[in-house]
Amino acid sequence: MLIGKAPEFKSSDITPREKFLNRRNLIFGGLAAAGVAYEWHKKMPPLYTPAVEASSKLVTVPGKFPPVSDAVTPAGKATSYNNFYEFGTDKGDPKANAGKLRVRPWTIKIEGLCNNPKTVDIDSLLKFKPLEDRTYRFRCVEAWSMIIPWVGYPLAELIKFADPKPQAKFVEFTSLADRSQMELPGGFDWPYKEGLRMDEAMHPLALLTFGSYGQTLENQQGAPVRVIVPWKYGFKSAKSIVKIRFTDKQPETTWNDMASNEYGFYSNVNPTHNHPRWSQAHERRIDTSVFPKTIATLPFNGYGNEVASLYNGMDLNRYF
Amino acid sequence: MSNRTIRILKVLVFLAALVPVAGIIWQFQTNNLGADPVNTLTHETGDWTVYMLLASLAVTPLRRLSPTLAWLIRFRRMLGLWAFFWATLHLLTYVLLFSGFDLPGAFTALRAGDLHTIVADWKAVWPTMVEDIQKRRFIQVGMLAYVILLSLAVTSPQWVLRKMGGKSWQTLHRTVYGAAVLGIVHYWWLVKAGNRAPMKDTVVLAVMLLARPATKWLQERLATRRKLAAA
Repeated sequence: MLIGKAPEFKSSDITPREKFLNRRNLIFGGLAAAGVAYEWHKKMPPLYTPAVEASSKLVTVPGKFPPVSDAVTPAGKATSYNNFYEFGTDKGDPKANAGKLRVRPWTIKIEGLCNNPKTVDIDSLLKFKPLEDRTYRFRCVEAWSMIIPWVGYPLAELIKFADPKPQAKFVEFTSLADRSQMELPGGFDWPYKEGLRMDEAMHPLALLTFGSYGQTLENQQGAPVRVIVPWKYGFKSAKSIVKIRFTDKQPETTWNDMASNEYGFYSNVNPTHNHPRWSQAHERRIDTSVFPKTIATLPFNGYGNEVASLYNGMDLNRYF
Repeated sequence: MSNRTIRILKVLVFLAALVPVAGIIWQFQTNNLGADPVNTLTHETGDWTVYMLLASLAVTPLRRLSPTLAWLIRFRRMLGLWAFFWATLHLLTYVLLFSGFDLPGAFTALRAGDLHTIVADWKAVWPTMVEDIQKRRFIQVGMLAYVILLSLAVTSPQWVLRKMGGKSWQTLHRTVYGAAVLGIVHYWWLVKAGNRAPMKDTVVLAVMLLARPATKWLQERLATRRKLAAA
């Protein structure tokens, strides 16, 4: 019996982070050296600096929210199975192709209806508030889920810094779209855009995320900065953010524009509102087991106590 | 080509077709099915169904290129049966894994002689599949394509052909085009809007389908020319 014999996925099977990074540093470091030598020879400024800034350890404080009791997804799985269509539509593509992403220098433009519009540098943003460990459930709209320990601080802190005007009702996130670093497959209107209502964005669970597993984000996870909105389907959590804009109108968002019958603006995790092509009542929990178990999906991804009140009086089947 | 060569070639083609099967078993044994093996298996078995189906559809247009390629027809049944094999694995992946059925748990329960757990789990996932078949069009076209492939597989032996009579057998087996089209539609309806992953398969199928009228037209033209030259 083939299935019965399957070895369990051991944590020792995962390439140790140091080894993995050393390998990458070696490759990219070597590439960079070769590139620099070549460009120097040509007496030209380098056109392309490979991402030598591999992930590094982050100093964190314990998070405000108790960690979930479920087993954490192994980092190797969380960083090899990603939806980041800018790097290709296959779930292995982001890991294969995101090495080209340059995460430094990086700035985030804050604009729109706020009193403090500004372009902020990623490193000052990183140091702006203490980084917390937050282990959240992560539920993809494709009916699989993971448990991921993120590192970041509340998005609300950045919003307070931007000081939105009273008429600002929504926050729009724009992701990087650069053909020299990304595949940007046809069929989509790049850049990727996502949005939240102001009260959602201000909710203490909404995390401005810089890392996972105690390290800076891997490129394929949306480095150097993304949001994590744990009670919504994963695509609502914009990656590799370059712009945050405050607006009085509900912003247009990429998946909602592509197929509004499948992906609503709110896209709160809702086991009773099915995706037209599959049930949302269950999810495959990607953990240490070889074959993920299918478990029941919880309303608001299990964060109902914290966030359900944001939607009081709303018909969640209409505003799905 | 001699019968002997064809027999040897058939064995070689069969062995070549086993390679992807071995590949998946190897991936499983070495824990290389990725973070979401259910998804990987679903996609790999679906991909190979389409590849084998396209290979079997390629036989006729290739054969028409030259009379010396007539022997290719002797491989078509095998390729079609491989398509059916992969389609069956694809369906089994859906029923026993994708549905949420706990297959590893079922094996454990089976070893412990605990049939009750298996039945309970089956009862829990069954409604999801019923709902899929009732509501979801990509599932519906996929199931329909499978029913076609199944009916072609069971009527594939030589004695069934003789029993049915060549004409009705051929009519039935022409539904393979329908199965291929449905398979590709199934793929397009499955992926998210904007995802063009099914494009390559679609282009190949389009070439296979267009090759038929194209070669027919070419042959007719050549025949007329020959007739004119003879006259």
